[in-house]
Amino acid sequence: MIGSRRFVSVILPTLALAAAIGIWWLAKWTFRWPSFVVPSPGEVARELWSRRSYFPSQFWTTLLETLEGFGLSVVIGVACAIAIAYSRTLERSIYPLLVALNAVPKLALAPILVLWMGFGAGPKVVMVILICVFPIVLSTATGLKSTPAELDELIRSLSASRFQTFRTVGFPAALPQIFVGLKVGISLAVIGAVIGEFVGATKGLGYVIVASGQNADTTLAFASIVILAVLSVVLFYVLVALERLLVPWAEHQ
Amino acid sequence: MAQPDVLIRLDGVSQLFAAGRRQPPVRAIEDVTLDIHESEFVTLVGRSGCGKSTLLRIVSGLLQPTSGRVEIDGSPVRGTRPDVSFMFQRPALLPWRNVIDNVLLPVEILRLDRANYRRRAHDLLELVGLDVFAERSIWELSGGMQQRAALCRALVTDPRILLMDEPFAALDALTREDLSLELQRIWNDDRKTIVFVTHSIEEAVLLADRVVVMSPRPGRITKILDVDLPRPRSLGASRGSEELRRCSAELHELLFAREAA
Repeated sequence: MIGSRRFVSVILPTLALAAAIGIWWLAKWTFRWPSFVVPSPGEVARELWSRRSYFPSQFWTTLLETLEGFGLSVVIGVACAIAIAYSRTLERSIYPLLVALNAVPKLALAPILVLWMGFGAGPKVVMVILICVFPIVLSTATGLKSTPAELDELIRSLSASRFQTFRTVGFPAALPQIFVGLKVGISLAVIGAVIGEFVGATKGLGYVIVASGQNADTTLAFASIVILAVLSVVLFYVLVALERLLVPWAEHQ
Repeated sequence: MAQPDVLIRLDGVSQLFAAGRRQPPVRAIEDVTLDIHESEFVTLVGRSGCGKSTLLRIVSGLLQPTSGRVEIDGSPVRGTRPDVSFMFQRPALLPWRNVIDNVLLPVEILRLDRANYRRRAHDLLELVGLDVFAERSIWELSGGMQQRAALCRALVTDPRILLMDEPFAALDALTREDLSLELQRIWNDDRKTIVFVTHSIEEAVLLADRVVVMSPRPGRITKILDVDLPRPRSLGASRGSEELRRCSAELHELLFAREAA
């Protein structure tokens, strides 16, 4: 039983990854792609190793922008969701604005953000918020509004105040839904930071990708993308672990 | 014997539910008048859709009747009250709390002293054989154990009135019998006023001092039956009883005659 579970959770993804790298390798040799178009996995690995003192600071820049933006998104998103879930008036007024904001092509905003906020971390963090706050609001509001009927009736029968209802039933019952939004949001947050770095940045993995494009250094771009992919996966599974810790009962529902 | 005081008084209570556009409203309850005395165990029995659960919600203050008066202890019911506990068909336990913290939920909501009531919560759990599970998670409990915990939660603040909406309906027959015995034992000890909704004739007769029979469309009281049988009653111990047979037969007739008509 434990053996089969380990097989599923560790060996299967490892096999899938190995297969993907294998196909990449095979395609490169079959179609004879030159390295400035598609580098081989080996070349990317060598690039990562040879620039091992260069990548960490770029990585940290992107990671910090991502986490700052994501953290603020959680605060803003959950606050908006509470407003939407508990007030009809606020739902009617805030919700269309959020939908409109989400419909704006974020990439188009990047130069404007640089114009407003300069070349520092500011516009990147704002880009992260713009891109990942919406799923967090949506899932949190849905969770807060879908308290199981029997728990809703129970807490009403106890004459609980609105805050007591929120604290003892509404919020905990929404947690599984909130985590859905956080897991969608964290992947988008990394994308937001990279988009932010595409315009007016001097460091970060997004900046490295843009700069490498100007030199046709595709191997460097691929190496950066690999780091970003690993970063996204790690952040995602940190949230999965946090969910297991905070919402252990969700698996038994 | 002097009649004890009337604790719950329903006077001409009716409830209409909107059925949708351009349709007449559904008459869930029509003109129900009923007095329930202090320390009385009353069961409401009827087919599904006869308004028995609606009536219970009106008594609890969860639902305001369309017309009629509801009084508890002489004062009109305008909302839920701390001295009235409600127990539902489903346990409705909070899965993010362990058993004892679920039992103590009403104490917390009513801002009573948790430390004082902890002792009582443990005593109640012990009474239903759940004391060793006090620190366990909800999902580790069987359905019957969950409903026992819900019973402890309903009793923890020592309410005057206990309203029960088919609390044992989702349980298997054996667990059901166990729980109805436990409920009688608890009731015997402190004689709370209990209004118990069920669609089971057996359960209605076994538990009640008085059985209130309701009929559907519109929901109204068709008969009130006194059950004069020694306690504790169980299907086993009371099986041969003439009174039990008489009451059950009469209830059968009442509930099935309606259908034929």
